Amino acid sequence: MNETASTLLIIAGVLVTLLTLSALLIWLERRLLGFWQERYGPNRVGPFGLLQVVADMIKIFMKEDWVPPFADKAVFVIAPAVIIVTILMSFAVVPFTPSIVVADLNVGLLFFLAMSSLSAYSVVLAGWASNNKYSLLGGLRASAQMLSYEVFMGLSLMGVVMLAGSFSLRDIVAAQQGVWFCIPQVLGFIIFLIAGLAETKRVPFDIPEAEAELVAGFHTEYSGMKFGMFFVGEYLGIILISAMITVLFFGGWQGPWLPPVVWFSIKTFLFICLFILLRAALPRLRFDQLMTFGWKVMLPLALVNLTVTGALVLVGHPPE
Amino acid sequence: MTGAFYLAALVAAVSTGLVITSLNAVHALLYLIVSFLAVAVVFFIFGAPFVAMLEIIIYAGAIMVLFVFVVMMLNLGRRAIEQEAGWLRSRIWIGPSILSATLLGELLYLFGSGILSQAGGITVQAPKQVGVVLLGPYLIGVELASMLLLPGLVGAYHLGRHLNSEDA
Repeated sequence: MNETASTLLIIAGVLVTLLTLSALLIWLERRLLGFWQERYGPNRVGPFGLLQVVADMIKIFMKEDWVPPFADKAVFVIAPAVIIVTILMSFAVVPFTPSIVVADLNVGLLFFLAMSSLSAYSVVLAGWASNNKYSLLGGLRASAQMLSYEVFMGLSLMGVVMLAGSFSLRDIVAAQQGVWFCIPQVLGFIIFLIAGLAETKRVPFDIPEAEAELVAGFHTEYSGMKFGMFFVGEYLGIILISAMITVLFFGGWQGPWLPPVVWFSIKTFLFICLFILLRAALPRLRFDQLMTFGWKVMLPLALVNLTVTGALVLVGHPPE
Repeated sequence: MTGAFYLAALVAAVSTGLVITSLNAVHALLYLIVSFLAVAVVFFIFGAPFVAMLEIIIYAGAIMVLFVFVVMMLNLGRRAIEQEAGWLRSRIWIGPSILSATLLGELLYLFGSGILSQAGGITVQAPKQVGVVLLGPYLIGVELASMLLLPGLVGAYHLGRHLNSEDA
């Protein structure tokens, strides 16, 4: 009974923290972008503009929640929920500290990959159900992009799995006691970072919602909180990818002096800031460039990384 | 756990039925995804998490995205729905129903005869064990699934040919 209660407490804590953080990230991103682009950003509402999030939320909840008459209603409503649900499900396997983890699955990493492949449906279905040519184009782009980048996202992580000898995320963190995997798996880390950027559809990979060509891409027809859910989903995705980078390549909760949860938060926060900095620094790619880059550069690199790591592991620990 | 199994199995069966009966192609594909997810849950409850994850990554995540991708580009409208409705008249159901009822009966007989013994309690199995069990006592399931591919192929050929001769 006690165990059930603590599990429920962890689930509630993780959910509340994540949803609050993803809302705060909207403010953080705008402030940081302002800082890097030498302007103020939102600084009027509350101290440092912190209450801007509250103002945005009130506005977005008050907006008319409109479903276009030409849309496929059921799918149109389900699509924004899919992205939130799949990303929140992924957090179930992330070990925040040795004790704070919702479900310590022995196939945790595969669960993360499975959920991220399911999150592609959100964008695809949103684009199709809107029954609007810009939305459909955005949806098509998104599905092509997420499908191609998923391939080597999984491949880039297999090096980590070989070194740790386990799919369980807790074992992977424990295996980084001596040296973080970002050193032996530096190529895997870079590939995963780029694939993660593409999976979250962030600049420079935000082609599915390219405002300049597609109005707003897959979420053109969405308004009110349904539109808000796509945004919250995007920020949750950023937190998830940052947390996964921390867990897989930067030793998770490990670090001297400070308690584990603080180390985890610091590392994850740094990667979130890196994501925002990339948005401030890089222009959007063209779609053919994105595809060429994915299939002709990243996939071969991921395969090379896999082969070399496999060979080195075999030399180091020959099978009995 | 038994309750969860029956729930997942029920979802899988109902959504598979809806795949066949729904008139909108994209809705049918979505039901198929739900069915895959439910089957993954069943595998998970059986103590085969690796197979469950592969089911989601490969079938629900990768193959079905391609299906949805293609169907989206076909731009199926009202006409396609009417055509689908025409294929679902009750007369057409008789033949396939008899055939699949026979197969179902044989499968139930096998379950009843105790040849497929129960595995017992729920413990996490290694992927190797799952493979051994699938190609050992549960070979009938694998064979039934592979037999399904043949009707699929024949059906696709039949539908494709029929349309061509109509156009010409």
